[in-house]
Amino acid sequence: MTRYRAAAPETLRVVPLDALTLIYHRASGITHIVDSPVPEILEVLAARPLAEPELMARLSERFELVDADAAALTARLDELVATGLVERLCAI
Amino acid sequence: MRHLTHLRIGPIGFRVGSDWRGPIAALENLYRDYPAPEDGIPDFNVHLFAARPWRRLLRPSVHIGGDFVIPDAAPLPLAQGLLAAEMGMNLQMALGQRRFLLLHASAVERDGQALLMTGMSGAGKSTLAALLMARGWRLMGDEFALLDPATGLIHGFPRLISLKNEAIAVLERALPKARFGPVLKGTPKGTIRHLVPDARAIAAMAEPAVPKLILFPNYGFAAAERAVPPSETFVRLTQASTNYVALAERGFDALTRLVQTIPARALDYPDTATALTQVERLWEAA
Repeated sequence: MTRYRAAAPETLRVVPLDALTLIYHRASGITHIVDSPVPEILEVLAARPLAEPELMARLSERFELVDADAAALTARLDELVATGLVERLCAI
Repeated sequence: MRHLTHLRIGPIGFRVGSDWRGPIAALENLYRDYPAPEDGIPDFNVHLFAARPWRRLLRPSVHIGGDFVIPDAAPLPLAQGLLAAEMGMNLQMALGQRRFLLLHASAVERDGQALLMTGMSGAGKSTLAALLMARGWRLMGDEFALLDPATGLIHGFPRLISLKNEAIAVLERALPKARFGPVLKGTPKGTIRHLVPDARAIAAMAEPAVPKLILFPNYGFAAAERAVPPSETFVRLTQASTNYVALAERGFDALTRLVQTIPARALDYPDTATALTQVERLWEAA
């Protein structure tokens, strides 16, 4: 099953502000302005790579996400892969 | 270049060269009380030049060049040579500044603390800064505030205040004894007249200030104020900064620190008298 890995914590500067969180990605030099559940996803995936169902389970138990929705999580992961903040690992 | 002058604005030294005497004479007159670049070494060069030798005399038009240039920038008529020089200096800052994070904001200082005002063209940054100067605040600049990533302090850039259209008469009334440049009609931004910052602004231009409050003025609305959250302030300031990306992580750290440590307010105002009352009240409350 495809697993996802977050960018190494030492490559990120994460500054939570009010409703939004700022993330400076050292590898790309890009500043990202993100909303929940992105900081939570990055935090969970920082420990070790996870597949989607596991990730969903961890997010639900740790952060009490209000609308845990598999399709929404897939969409967020796709966006994060596109930005380079998350890497999709080959399913071998 | 045939004609040359040197000057320092805040911490930044310029060397301005021109094919014509006119723009240099205007700069030397209006900036006569400004110091020379530190140690005689300018940070940036500005060149005002004729694209072809005969265009120095025949329908003279002033191209803006220097260390940093925008290709294909439209030239200005020689009558607007002072504006070309000012644009040339702004351009060097916008494209070449690497020591400070540029905030597209006017800044005034009181008691060692800085008030930053930022917004779109026409929001009233320059007008309000000039009027606050008339009321005893120290003008730090009407266009750029320089945030030092190493210290978090604001450095001033008190170039000539660029007054546009209706703001010209407002400041002529508020500061009848001040020195003004020539009235420049038909510029890309309408009529422009430059106002020379007062003696205090020039004497103290190298002194930084601790940022205290950010305002987003907006002219033409009923008086209203609202708190602007740090995330929105961050987005607005990065959008208005020409060197945020170039400064990379230093810029990120400096700006996140700024928006987390000082309050920001949006300020709608119907006229300048109302705005000044609002500003004074918000400053006291901050």
